[in-house]
Amino acid sequence: MKLTAQEVEYVAHLARLEITPQEKEKFTAQLNDILLYIDKLNELDTKGVEPMSHAIGVTNSFREDNVVESIGTEKTLANAPDGRGEFFRVPKVIE
Amino acid sequence: MELYQSTIHELQDKIKEGKTTATAITESVLQRIDAVEEKVHSYIRVMKDEALSAAADADKEIKKGDIKALSGIPIALKDIVCTKGIATTCGSHILHNFVPPYDATVVEKLRAAGAIFVGKTNMDEFAMGSSTETSYFGPTRNPWDLERIPGGSSGGSAAAVAADECAASIGSDTGGSIRQPAALCGIVGMKPTYGRVSRFGLIAFASSLDQIGPFTKDVEDCAIMMNVLAGYDRKESTSVNIEVPDYRQFAGQDIKGWKIGIPKEYFVEGIDPEVKAAIEASIKTMEKCGAQSVEISLPHTQYCLAVYYIIAPAEASSNLARYDGVKYGFRAPASELLDMYKKTRMQGFGAEVKRRIMIGTYALSAGYYDAYYKKASQVRALIKRDFEEAFKKCDVILTPTTPTPAFKIGEKTDNPLQMYLSDIFTISTNLAGIPGISLPCGFTKSGLPIGVQFLAGHFQEGKLIQAASAYEQKAQIEKRRPAL
Repeated sequence: MKLTAQEVEYVAHLARLEITPQEKEKFTAQLNDILLYIDKLNELDTKGVEPMSHAIGVTNSFREDNVVESIGTEKTLANAPDGRGEFFRVPKVIE
Repeated sequence: MELYQSTIHELQDKIKEGKTTATAITESVLQRIDAVEEKVHSYIRVMKDEALSAAADADKEIKKGDIKALSGIPIALKDIVCTKGIATTCGSHILHNFVPPYDATVVEKLRAAGAIFVGKTNMDEFAMGSSTETSYFGPTRNPWDLERIPGGSSGGSAAAVAADECAASIGSDTGGSIRQPAALCGIVGMKPTYGRVSRFGLIAFASSLDQIGPFTKDVEDCAIMMNVLAGYDRKESTSVNIEVPDYRQFAGQDIKGWKIGIPKEYFVEGIDPEVKAAIEASIKTMEKCGAQSVEISLPHTQYCLAVYYIIAPAEASSNLARYDGVKYGFRAPASELLDMYKKTRMQGFGAEVKRRIMIGTYALSAGYYDAYYKKASQVRALIKRDFEEAFKKCDVILTPTTPTPAFKIGEKTDNPLQMYLSDIFTISTNLAGIPGISLPCGFTKSGLPIGVQFLAGHFQEGKLIQAASAYEQKAQIEKRRPAL
């Protein structure tokens, strides 16, 4: 086992996912299967190979720093589950 | 032949000759949707009123002689591209009520070209899947056999074209999500080079792999769609500012003397015998076109799936962090913020999306980065190098698109690894950033479509159109339609 049920719970916390005991059990088994499969990569010696971060090697892409029209507060908040005035409202953050 | 069955170029000819109107075409397609949609379920949303109103506008322009590249052509959009004022769900509960305040660049381009949008198509949730079974809105069925999956993740877009519920459609392809469903539904699908088509307004899955492309009824239509979709976009920093050729000019040109690369690693165990036979026949067809087949090697093929299942989930875990119940979409009630995040994401995402977020979060977590993401990115460089070497020896590469024909609904839902294996021939393309096309190359004895895939070097979509068009003309695959 590469990943214990306890570690699965910790990863879920990092990902901000609540998981049920059933999901924890299922994910532990499935993630272990997948990670075991991925271990295949260790057959390859990649010493000195530059990691590929981009498919076509584009470098920084700049444009002129001009002010253009933005969407605006009203439209931005239109999709919010709880938008009030100019703000997104959320449950309390601090005690 | 009914209007709804026609290709884009057939409809264009009829419009130009004054034999039909945008309204007549749109009505024909909407009637077809009414007749078959209950069986197939290609769409999350049919845009009937919007389509009829756009068609009426198009007819006014056509009457004035203003005929554009897609005037009056009914097009369906995968529900992953943002449409201003029209809900865009990405097949997810977490976005079920999201109404974008802007259009994706491809939507703007298609609209400017005169296209009539008939609906938003079904898809695997956040494009994560190979069968369209992970959609929050229920599965799409394969028009050729309603017990089977249409492929995925763009299964709705593929099924809609195959069932004649639109003339062409838009999909997105991160590991095969255009080509695999195109093959399983018996139509043409192209994944362009990374950077060829703007991703602005495409809801992100894995940003270094995602690319938008068309589904069409034939190769010429694919070229017509690519002419509209391709090109630089100042709003998308990975789109590439190089000239876009007229792709239509490549259709119908011969391929005498071309070298067709056959990668030996793609003809291994696990490939269905009927698929293998159809691909071997395709190679012969290319030879009859005057091309020569040459054996090539892509030595790192067996590592593609492992690389993909680190890179795609890692990027997804980062991209999907934005779904937190604050700015848009679904929110679960809770009295504290952290609890709200966790409950929102628990209830808002389906199992496959959670699984991939978990893999990606783990692979990027402290202490594991070098072992997983860095290692995968290094092997990705080797995979790209394989293709660069191969294209020194051939013009295009020919492979099966999928190892098997469409599988049954429910057959692979409990085994993620088995499901992932259905993309084994399409994933390398995205990792290398090169373009690929899938087109029909025959049917199994039980009547399921089989697809052949062509691959070319970066920005060589023209070569793909040329090879695919030559193949299409020579092979003369029987024009069957699904019995619906």
